[in-house]
Amino acid sequence: MLEVDQLTTRYGAITALHGVSLSVRAGEVVALVGPNGAGKTTLLNTVAGLLRPAAGRVQFNGADITGAEPATLVRAGLALVPEHRRIFKDLTVEENLRLGGATLKAADRRQRTEEMAELFPVLRAKWSTSAGFLSGGEAQQLAVARALMCDPKLLLLDEPTLGLAPTIVDLVFDLLDRLRSQGRTLLVVEQNATRALALADRGYVLRTGHVVATGTGAELAADNGLFESFIGGAEEG
Amino acid sequence: MTKFLQTLVDGLGVGSTYALLALGISLIFGVMHLVNFAHGELITVAAYTSYFFFLHGGSWWWMPVAILASAAVASVVTELVAFRWVRNSSPFTLLLTSFALERLSHALWQIFVSPKQRAFPKPAWAFDQFQLAGIRFEVMDLVTIGVTAATLVVTALVFKRTLFGVAVRGAAEDFDAARLMGLRANKVISGAFAFAGLLAGVAACLILMRTPAAEPAMGSDWLMKAVIAAVIGGLGSFTGAVVGGLVLGLLETLSRAYLPDLADGWDKFSTAVVFVLIAAFFVVRPEGVFKVSHAERV
Repeated sequence: MLEVDQLTTRYGAITALHGVSLSVRAGEVVALVGPNGAGKTTLLNTVAGLLRPAAGRVQFNGADITGAEPATLVRAGLALVPEHRRIFKDLTVEENLRLGGATLKAADRRQRTEEMAELFPVLRAKWSTSAGFLSGGEAQQLAVARALMCDPKLLLLDEPTLGLAPTIVDLVFDLLDRLRSQGRTLLVVEQNATRALALADRGYVLRTGHVVATGTGAELAADNGLFESFIGGAEEG
Repeated sequence: MTKFLQTLVDGLGVGSTYALLALGISLIFGVMHLVNFAHGELITVAAYTSYFFFLHGGSWWWMPVAILASAAVASVVTELVAFRWVRNSSPFTLLLTSFALERLSHALWQIFVSPKQRAFPKPAWAFDQFQLAGIRFEVMDLVTIGVTAATLVVTALVFKRTLFGVAVRGAAEDFDAARLMGLRANKVISGAFAFAGLLAGVAACLILMRTPAAEPAMGSDWLMKAVIAAVIGGLGSFTGAVVGGLVLGLLETLSRAYLPDLADGWDKFSTAVVFVLIAAFFVVRPEGVFKVSHAERV
């Protein structure tokens, strides 16, 4: 479904990704783990069209989408739940969802908003509240619901549990599990590597802009040496 | 009491014009982090459009349509030919671009029309007077307040109810997040410029009905006041822009009416008094009336 081939992304003179390759097959959950500054967020932002790659190719469902605008990618079925959620705090919960369905026809958008209210009862209770007043867990659910509005084939999630209380982290992993059982394809960047790998079919370990290991979630999780050398510190969170 | 009420109505009239312009400035600041110093030129464009149509048998019955259309088109065109190319540059580059457009507009009218003022007919009915509770009003006072109120209600509805309005508010808060929703940056920004242009068109209409004349630099004074109004209200805040405009208009007219008449031309100091008050206000509350948490200062 997603083929990333030798992707290189730079911020000015700094190269954040050095020819990274990875793939995600339809129906799969793939975890992307690694220490801070490894280039995980850069990779997702490049795939989602927020950053332009300096070299390499990205293919989505067989089409070359290298350097395409997010507007094109969303219509093709690729959505990103960005780092720090970035919900619109000045807008109400309902308005956030409406924007999530910006690419849909008005009738579909209304129907889909209703479906999200069913799926996330917490959000229905806060329907007309400014999203800035939501708790961390509610805000994360809104961010996911907002991305699901356009019914993406592939959902990219960047640190969905960042800054959340431990009980809320459980809730988010439940949500990811639910999305997986619905057959959605997910590419998840997560600092909580153990849990992310337990959930994932496959995983990639990224370090200073290189893929340093890959395998099934269980293989990577079982490789203690790998954890100590490459992920190590990230486990504290 | 009569004098006070009349001053109040005058102040609301001027203030509502500032409010409409300030709203446009805040709107553009929201989506682009640009304080658009060329915004006042939309009034100039509208004035010369009216002048041109009156030369060819224009009438005030349909002139408002021409004024609104010319301001909106001019606003969209400036974005297309100037701002779009520097959108990702530093805010300072954007600011300079808007200054350049303002100066360019002045020069073009001077060269291709005339450096002198060009007058056209007034709508006579707008200056009919009538008495209400012992106070003398002009029809224009009612038109100004009514049109502004209606425009603000429509604006509020657009921003609350339509996808376009919600998209502009979302983009003002976090442009990249709005792009991730599949919104096209060009469309959102063009739309914001068109809407700001329409608002400037309504303001231009009210200005030109009172003083029907075109002059190359006429937009600059209005622009300065509108920028100040937007900053008083808190740059980027739509409610703030309206409040800032009304407060500035009221301050100006009240100080002009009530400052002691010490000598000839003393009333000109009213502007100075207003600026001193504004400076004092910013010492107390530098972020404006309505604080916009996500706005990056230019």
